[in-house]
Amino acid sequence: MSVMGRLTQEQIVFALAVLLCAVFALALPGFLSADNLLNLVRSVSILGMLGVAMGLVVIGRGIDLSLVALMAVSVAWALQLAATGMDFVQAAAIGLGFSLIGGMITGVLIAFVEIPAIFATLAMGTLIYGFGRYFLFDLDVVYLPDEARYLVWLGQGSLAGVPVPIFLFAAVCLVGYLFLRYTRTGRYLRAVGDNLAAARIAGVPARPTIVLQYMLSASIGYVAGIVTAASVASMNTRVANSTYVYDVILVVVLGGIGLSGGRGGIRNVVVGTLLIGILLNGMTIMNIQYTVQNVIKGMILLSAIVIDTFLNPRDEQTAQQGDI
Amino acid sequence: MRILKSAAVAATLAIGAATGLAGASAPGNAQGIDDPTRAPFYQAMEGKTVVFVPVAMGLDLTEGWAAGMRETLEPFGITVEIRDPNWSTDAGAQAITSLLSEKPDAIVVHNPDVQSYARLLRKAEQAGIYVVQVNMNSSYSTDAFVGADYVSMGERMARKLIDRCGPANGGNGKIAIVQGVLTAAASAYQMKGINNVLEANPDMRVVSNQAADWDATKAKNIAATVLQQHPDLCGIVGFWDVMDIGTGAAIKEAGKDVYLITSGGGNQSACDGLEKGTYSEVVSYDVPGQARDISMTVMRLFQNQPEPGAAKTTLFSPLTFLTKENMTPGSCWTLDR
Repeated sequence: MSVMGRLTQEQIVFALAVLLCAVFALALPGFLSADNLLNLVRSVSILGMLGVAMGLVVIGRGIDLSLVALMAVSVAWALQLAATGMDFVQAAAIGLGFSLIGGMITGVLIAFVEIPAIFATLAMGTLIYGFGRYFLFDLDVVYLPDEARYLVWLGQGSLAGVPVPIFLFAAVCLVGYLFLRYTRTGRYLRAVGDNLAAARIAGVPARPTIVLQYMLSASIGYVAGIVTAASVASMNTRVANSTYVYDVILVVVLGGIGLSGGRGGIRNVVVGTLLIGILLNGMTIMNIQYTVQNVIKGMILLSAIVIDTFLNPRDEQTAQQGDI
Repeated sequence: MRILKSAAVAATLAIGAATGLAGASAPGNAQGIDDPTRAPFYQAMEGKTVVFVPVAMGLDLTEGWAAGMRETLEPFGITVEIRDPNWSTDAGAQAITSLLSEKPDAIVVHNPDVQSYARLLRKAEQAGIYVVQVNMNSSYSTDAFVGADYVSMGERMARKLIDRCGPANGGNGKIAIVQGVLTAAASAYQMKGINNVLEANPDMRVVSNQAADWDATKAKNIAATVLQQHPDLCGIVGFWDVMDIGTGAAIKEAGKDVYLITSGGGNQSACDGLEKGTYSEVVSYDVPGQARDISMTVMRLFQNQPEPGAAKTTLFSPLTFLTKENMTPGSCWTLDR
């Protein structure tokens, strides 16, 4: 028990992932092949990128429910502009600008107007989606214009046999890691997430840091959106209304980034993403029915959390703040 | 002599009749005569309201129907309104409930699944409103249904794959199915059709049958995994072209020659997909044609004024099987046409 007691949630989830991997490898021929493993990681690389974005916000003790809506709308607008004749690079820059402004408004609402993050981003997500649908594009699914065909490589190409989205996921993870670990702002972010009042007394520019964290998540979300658009040559704005954003939160929380802020890092996101990827891939190979898949997914996630609660019981100190 | 006499009489009569007619119609040519069908027609149409309740606007299908209805009905003085529930079944049910008291003259409804609106549609008919269902039927039959016969479409698509992949025709019989939302009429009925055919052909093997929720990214992930696991897969049936752009992308990325047959409203994006090789074959149920069928049904109901719900009409849309070889520049439609 003393060894078990020291296991963090991240390690528990990682162990679960390895266990599942071993079971699938024995039971499903072809699961462990290099091609399937690459495909497995590729299929969750967009989810992983969004996980990094969400992870940064959660470490800063926020939550971003507008992440997926902002991603869908800004990328769809960029595609729409390009389809109506604008140069794609220019259109993409405008899309990024829209995304950053969206993130900034959210950040200002949270940091300066002091609306709780969960309400501010919930409202912003709805607002952004509605605004996009009414003013920016007419169709639910916006297609990638022919002029931007070269973009398809980002989503469908491969480098040295490895699909490009995996490299992009790795790059986003690396940038996130370096940011948290080596930049002053990254350390501010963690300090603000850990204890806002203490950070402020220590002279950390708390409010600007909070605004920045939402702009950061918006821009990572935009990259993930561009990869999505490239990989299926279209942007389905319906994802803004779907439960996708909860999958992203799940990856983050499952990996062990506490919603109370200040704890965890990019590695947690990677572990959470891998577990989801292994689950989805194995269940698709086994051809398990979609509704049953949801039940299994829910049960595995619950068991990870239950194990964590047993091994790392909540006490006054860990449960004091911010639990949702 | 008698013959001659009667011939003369006949000739005289004929000439007389001709001049008489000419005389009568001469002023007609100058001033025009009124078509006797116009007055009752316009009287029946004037001031009527049709409300369209789609699953969501912003789809090529629903935008196409709405545009077609407006184009056909509005010039005759019919108001076309849209209540957009945007993928929320609750909001759609609320919209129909409020229509029960608003009492428009007709409701055109696109069901998200076979159950949710069924009772409300019966209530609407009882309240004296004509109900036309489009493309996705509910379990309750109303005045009219306009749309594809999904069961038959599923059967025909399955047969296409048997022609290509069946062991009797030199294939290995391995196929996969990518469904939409499991509870939608389009998914459930198509699956029934596919099963009808596959049961009679036990040498075909469905290696994967998964739902992708009408989403391209999910479809791509499913197809990529299936292709990985079954590199010799011969064919895939997809349930909607907009979603199967993802299935097609997975096939292309895997570098495989898999026959992808899917279906949709025949929007230009389908023809583009065929051109680029994203799909091998697309079954089109021709949205502009359906829009016209809806409009004609509504106009008939307004003129004949039967008791709502008294007579049920089903108008299955003709299906076109498009491939890169047989499509022409006019095979698909665009909204801004």
